[in-house]
Amino acid sequence: MAILITPETRILVQGITGDFGGRHAKLSLDYGTKVVAGVTPGKGGQVFEHGPHRVPIFNSVAEAAVATGATVSAIFVPPPFAADAILECAGAGLDLAVAITEGIPVRDMVLVKRAMAGGRTRLVGPNCPGLVTPGTGDKSFGGCRIGIAPGYIHRKGHVGVVSRSGTLTYEAVYQLTVRGIGQSTCVGIGGDPVNGTSHLDVIRMFNDDPETRGIVMIGEIGGSAEADAARWIRDHCAKPVAGFIAGSTAPAGRRMGHAGAIVGGAEDTAAAKIAVFRECGIEVAVTPSDMADALIRAAKAKGVSLG
Amino acid sequence: MNIHEYQAKDLFEKFGVPVPRGAAAKTPDEFVNALAGLPDGPTMVKSQIHAGGRGKGVFTDGYKGGVKFCRTKAEAREVAARMLGNTLVTLQTGPSGRKVQTVYFTVASDIKKEYYLAILLDRGESRPVIVASTEGGVEIEKVAHETPEKIFKVAVDPAYGLADFQVRALVAALGLAGAEAKNAARLIRALYSMYWETDAAMVEVNPLITTPAGEVLALDAKVSFDDNALFRHPEIVALRDMNEEDPKEIEASKHSLSYIALDGDIACLVNGAGLAMSTMDIIKHFGGSPANFLDVGGGASKGQVVAAFKIIVGDPNVKGIFVNIFGGIMDCNVIATGIVEAVREVGLRLPLVVRLEGNNVAAGKATLAASGLTIVSGESMADAAQKIVKLVGQAPSRPA
Repeated sequence: MAILITPETRILVQGITGDFGGRHAKLSLDYGTKVVAGVTPGKGGQVFEHGPHRVPIFNSVAEAAVATGATVSAIFVPPPFAADAILECAGAGLDLAVAITEGIPVRDMVLVKRAMAGGRTRLVGPNCPGLVTPGTGDKSFGGCRIGIAPGYIHRKGHVGVVSRSGTLTYEAVYQLTVRGIGQSTCVGIGGDPVNGTSHLDVIRMFNDDPETRGIVMIGEIGGSAEADAARWIRDHCAKPVAGFIAGSTAPAGRRMGHAGAIVGGAEDTAAAKIAVFRECGIEVAVTPSDMADALIRAAKAKGVSLG
Repeated sequence: MNIHEYQAKDLFEKFGVPVPRGAAAKTPDEFVNALAGLPDGPTMVKSQIHAGGRGKGVFTDGYKGGVKFCRTKAEAREVAARMLGNTLVTLQTGPSGRKVQTVYFTVASDIKKEYYLAILLDRGESRPVIVASTEGGVEIEKVAHETPEKIFKVAVDPAYGLADFQVRALVAALGLAGAEAKNAARLIRALYSMYWETDAAMVEVNPLITTPAGEVLALDAKVSFDDNALFRHPEIVALRDMNEEDPKEIEASKHSLSYIALDGDIACLVNGAGLAMSTMDIIKHFGGSPANFLDVGGGASKGQVVAAFKIIVGDPNVKGIFVNIFGGIMDCNVIATGIVEAVREVGLRLPLVVRLEGNNVAAGKATLAASGLTIVSGESMADAAQKIVKLVGQAPSRPA
C-alpha cells in the first residue's frame, strides 16, 4: 500500500523548465515515476523532452491536473514565488503538494499554512528532499520518486522512514537496504520551522498502513515535533520504532544549516528529545551509523519481522 | 541576521515604539555631537555588541560593566572612551569577547516598574506569539522555569492580524491601567507591526518600563531577522555589521557554504545539514571534538570543496579533517577530484579521513587511491569517525 504516494501516482512538476526542477524531473522519469505534466506560467504548450518521454507543459496547475489526471505536485519554484506555487496546488484541489524549495520566508509559510488549514490538499515540506515509494524493479526502479532523493538506494519493503533532513534520510535508507531491509515509503518533511506535515502526521499514516511493519524517525534540535510524535507512539503505536536526533553537539542559539535547527529553550535540545524517546519506548540510535541496527533491535524485541 | 540595539531602536521609532532618546557614536570625535543632542543630566552609556549580558560583562583590560549609568554627560563621555575599542566579555560572547566598535548614549529614564515583552514564532502553532511578563529586567528563561504563571502568551492569527481583545488581554496581564494601559496598547500594536512588516525572527524588549510620568518605553531592544526574507528587505541588509561575524563564516557564505566555527580540533566537511550535525555528534561520541559545522550542500562543486578546505585549514585549532559525503545524486568522483585538488592546493599536512558513499563511489575511491596522497578511507561514519579521533589523538602538535 505505502503512504501518500504509490507507483501509480501521477505527478506534475512546478518549475520543470528551471535547471533544478528539470534535472530532477529527468531523474524521476528515469526511476520510472509517472511524471505526467510540467507547470511554468507563460510556457504552456511547450514540451519537456527526456529520452523517450514527452511531458506537456501547462500555464497553471489547474489546467495540468484536468488535462493529465495529476494529483500530486513537486515544487521547485524559487523562494520568492514558492508560497504562490503551493497555494496554487491547494486552489487546484490536488491531494498533495511537495515543496522542495529551500529558503522560503517564515512569514510566507505562516500565511500559507493558515490558508491551507482545513483544505483537502496536504503539504509536505518546504525545504525537504521529498518522498519515495520504492518500486519492484532493479534498484527499486518503477517506484514513485517526488523530489531530490536518490531513488536507486531504496528497496521495496516494509519500513517507513520519516525525517527532517535529506542526506541523513539517505544514510538511514542506505543502511536499511544494505542489510536487506526494504522500505514502504520514505518521507522527508523538511528542515524549516513551519512545515506542512509533521513527524506525527507521518507516523499516524505509517501506523495505519498494513504494509509498514517498522518505523525509523529521524529528528534534530529545535521545536517539539519529535517529542510530540514520541508521546503519541507510546500511547497508540504497537509497531517497532527507532529514533535518532541530530545536533547533540550544536551550540545554543545558532542556526545549524536548517532554519529550524536552533536550540532555544531546554526542551528542544538533542538530549531532551532523546530522553523523551527513551521514555516512550523508542529504540534510540546512539550514533547515525546505528539507525538501521536500532530498528532491527526494536523489531527483535517486539518479535516483528521486517523482511 | 542580528542587529545592534541602537539600530533596533531606530527601527522601533520608525514604527512608533517609544524609546528613550539616544544617539550612537563610532569614534571619540562623534561623542560630542551625540551627547549634544541629549538633555543634560543622568545618561546611560551602552556598549554595542551582538551579545547579551553586557551590563555584567567585563572588558579584557579589567574595566567592569558594558552598560553604565552616569550622573552627567561629561562622565558619560569618559566612560564611553573606556569602552570604545575595548573588548567586552560576557556570558554570551565566549572567552575571547567582542570588540566594542560603537557606543550608544541614552537618557537615563526614571523607572517605575520593569516588564518583559517579546514577539517570535510559535513553532507548534505555526503563528506569531506575543510573550509578556510582569517580571522584566531579569532572565526570562528563569522566570519561565520558576514562575511559569507569570508568563502570559497570545498567539496571533496571521490572517486576521493582532486583534484588539488580544491587546487588551496583554495589557491587563501586565496589570496596567489608565494612561499606562493606553500607552502600552499603542506600543504593543506598533511592535507587532514592526515584527510582521520587517520579517523579524524575534523582537525582544527586556525591560519594557513604565515611568512615573505614565510613559511606557522600550528600554532595551534585541531584534533578529529571518535570513530567508532578507531578499525583500534591502533596508535591513544595510544594517548588517560584518565586524560582529566570524570572518571564516563570511568567507563561507560567499561560496554558498554553511559554516559555523566551534572550539574543537577535528574539522568536518559534509553534504547536507542533518548529516553535518550528526557528523559532529559522532566525532564527540567517539571522544573527539568537532572544530566546525560545514555543509557544502546537496550539489557541491569542485570549487566549493576547494574553498571549504581553505576555510577549514585557516582555523589554527584544527588538527585533523573528516570528510563525510553521502553522494545521493552528486557524483562521488567529482567530490574526490575536488578533495585531491584541494589537498594539493593548500599543501595539507594534517590527517585526513574521507568517507564516501553513494553515486559513482567506486570511481571516487579510485581517484583518492591513485592520488598518491595520504588519505585514510573510512567504511562507515562510525569507522571514519573512530579513525580521525585516533589520528588526531596521536598527532603531537600541528606542523608549522
